[in-house]
Amino acid sequence: MIFVELFLTFLKIGIFTFGGGLGMVALIQDEVVVRRGWMTASEFADIIAVSEMTPGPVGINTATYAGYTAVLHAGYEPWAAVAGSLLASVAVILLPATLMVLVVRFLQRHSDNRDIHNVLAFLRVVVLGVIASAALLLVNENTFGSAGLNRQFCLSILVFISVFLLTVMPRRWNMKVCGHELSLSRPSPIVLIVASGLIGLLAYGL
Amino acid sequence: MIGQLFVSFFKIGTFTIGGGYAMIPLMEREIVERRRWLNDEAFADQMALAQAMPGVFAVNMATSVGYRMAGWRGAVAAITGAVAVPIVIILLLAMFFSHFKDNVIVEHIFMGIRPAVVALIAATVFNMGRAAYVGWRNVWMPVVALLLVWMLGISPVWVILVAALVGFVWGRLSRKEEGR
Repeated sequence: MIFVELFLTFLKIGIFTFGGGLGMVALIQDEVVVRRGWMTASEFADIIAVSEMTPGPVGINTATYAGYTAVLHAGYEPWAAVAGSLLASVAVILLPATLMVLVVRFLQRHSDNRDIHNVLAFLRVVVLGVIASAALLLVNENTFGSAGLNRQFCLSILVFISVFLLTVMPRRWNMKVCGHELSLSRPSPIVLIVASGLIGLLAYGL
Repeated sequence: MIGQLFVSFFKIGTFTIGGGYAMIPLMEREIVERRRWLNDEAFADQMALAQAMPGVFAVNMATSVGYRMAGWRGAVAAITGAVAVPIVIILLLAMFFSHFKDNVIVEHIFMGIRPAVVALIAATVFNMGRAAYVGWRNVWMPVVALLLVWMLGISPVWVILVAALVGFVWGRLSRKEEGR
């Protein structure tokens, strides 16, 4: 039964999400694309793009969307897919929220527990590798085009490098060019996604 | 109070775009300046806790602030507020988008977007690494995690569980050293 499987899968995703929304995206990808094959990698990349552009936490948006798509692909009607998406969203929130309540209660009594702080400090660093693996798993023919000197692949590499550099640059970057004070601010992900979409539209045709 | 929690987090959830840390200034304005639920210091502590605990940052903030202010009802009200609008919007898009997916123009737009999504994730790893003080001393930790998941196909769940255990034991051991 897809709904039970969906619920359990997203319960698991919720409690093992560290490092915020993208940590959750990495786990959802591992379960939904790699392990269960509910959708393809490029479909999942599209879901991430939509989730980053719309309001709300990226992790919740991706869970909602992935729940919908998984049920739809299993051959159910759209209304069942709506139920699936709500189920996935609730499942993904349930355990972390319960745990958060327990920890807040615990910390209200014992305000500085070092075991908790140690574990969390360790996880903050390790989870970066998990998120990086999500990015690497998305590097394939479906997202970049087939490797070689063709238009799609070269353009994909160009888009990748520009978006990467524009996102790792400092939030505000003050510099002097020919004696003029120039101040650049890091563009938001939405601006970058919209711009890349426009580039795709112009390059591959209307 | 329950109503105020719902409204404040409704605002925060609705106006967070691009996720994560873009929402912190808005949260600060609602929680610290407008409602005065927490002072600056308590807000910073809550943020560190919400970032470090499992789950989505925004939902964790909603849970802890809601629970502190009004018990579990407060937590439920704050969480519901934070996710209501995003879930409805995503649902509408999901239903709408599946019809337009096979459209050639939409496909061309997404051919441009897909590499950008990969770049956004990769860049976020570097930005988070800076914030978490990752340097030459501890960079092997995320690298090992990456290789385990990417090359060996080990589930991230196991990597996280083992890392939590190692963090616990390492913390206990280094405290014993200090005590000596």
